[in-house]
Amino acid sequence: MRFGVAVFPGTWSDRDCAHAVELAGHEPVMLWHKEHDLRGVDCVILPGGFSYGDYLRCGAVARFAPLMESVSAFAARGGLVWGICNGFQILCEAHLLPGALTRNASLQFRCEPSWLRVENTDSPFTSGCAPRDILEIPVSHGEGRYVAGIDVLDMLEASGRVAFRYVNRDGSAVGGESPNGSMRDIAGILNKEGNVLGMMPHPERACEPLLGSADGMRLFQCVAALVGEHGVFSSAGIR
Amino acid sequence: MTFVADVVVSLKPVVNDPQGITVRDGLLRLGFAGVSSVRVGKHIQIEMEAEDEAAATAVVAEMCERLLRNPVIEDYRIDALRTVAASA
Repeated sequence: MRFGVAVFPGTWSDRDCAHAVELAGHEPVMLWHKEHDLRGVDCVILPGGFSYGDYLRCGAVARFAPLMESVSAFAARGGLVWGICNGFQILCEAHLLPGALTRNASLQFRCEPSWLRVENTDSPFTSGCAPRDILEIPVSHGEGRYVAGIDVLDMLEASGRVAFRYVNRDGSAVGGESPNGSMRDIAGILNKEGNVLGMMPHPERACEPLLGSADGMRLFQCVAALVGEHGVFSSAGIR
Repeated sequence: MTFVADVVVSLKPVVNDPQGITVRDGLLRLGFAGVSSVRVGKHIQIEMEAEDEAAATAVVAEMCERLLRNPVIEDYRIDALRTVAASA
């Protein structure tokens, strides 16, 4: 299968994502921000970094890139779009996902391991996980505190759209003490149809035992297995 | 005509502002005991051409809606709009 990897000026995790795709046995296709052509990929990854310097707000300018017009249309057709870190910020700015990502409560840039509890195992990204599996995947960001209105948070939880929540290593609740202070400890969310995932932690940096964890590889393999089984994934809602 | 617009983008009152809290704590440590709250925002100055003040205000408001603020977390106000002599 072909994973598209978006490259904006200032993207820094594009090669790590491409490396992870190759490790999973698939083909990475780099997609330049000025292009419209998605080159027939099965899934678009919006990787981490500081697109356009992240000036004004993280992801605010990337949202208007020519490539993002195609990505939005691709997502509307049910195409798989996976925003990681800066990619999650871009998806929120583009209103493909609700809410916003703000300065970490600690005001620190946090680059460290984090533990995620899988909250939804119906999505094309997480169906290879068991409910409440714990994944060790690092975070690396200064602005990853997920915020949204109470009504939006309730809606996300009620409809199973919280994909991952930060927990302690032993799986216990962090109780607001996540790496960034996200509301309800949210680390990743899905769109209504389940074909768009945004997450702050970096699964591409947890794909080899040498790096301390290979848990991120499970997500890449899950996407690839689904696409392999069904051809291009067509979303039918996550519930 | 050339206008200069001063736009202030601030976090909505319900959004936690860790920068503001940190600045407040710094002011309290410096002895400004009367400080109860600090909110940190952005000041954006835009120099632009427009027919008249109403047109300039409308365009700046559209800029705010489409790019300068994130409606999920931020409010904006156009703080000042003044004409300037066109630069040589």
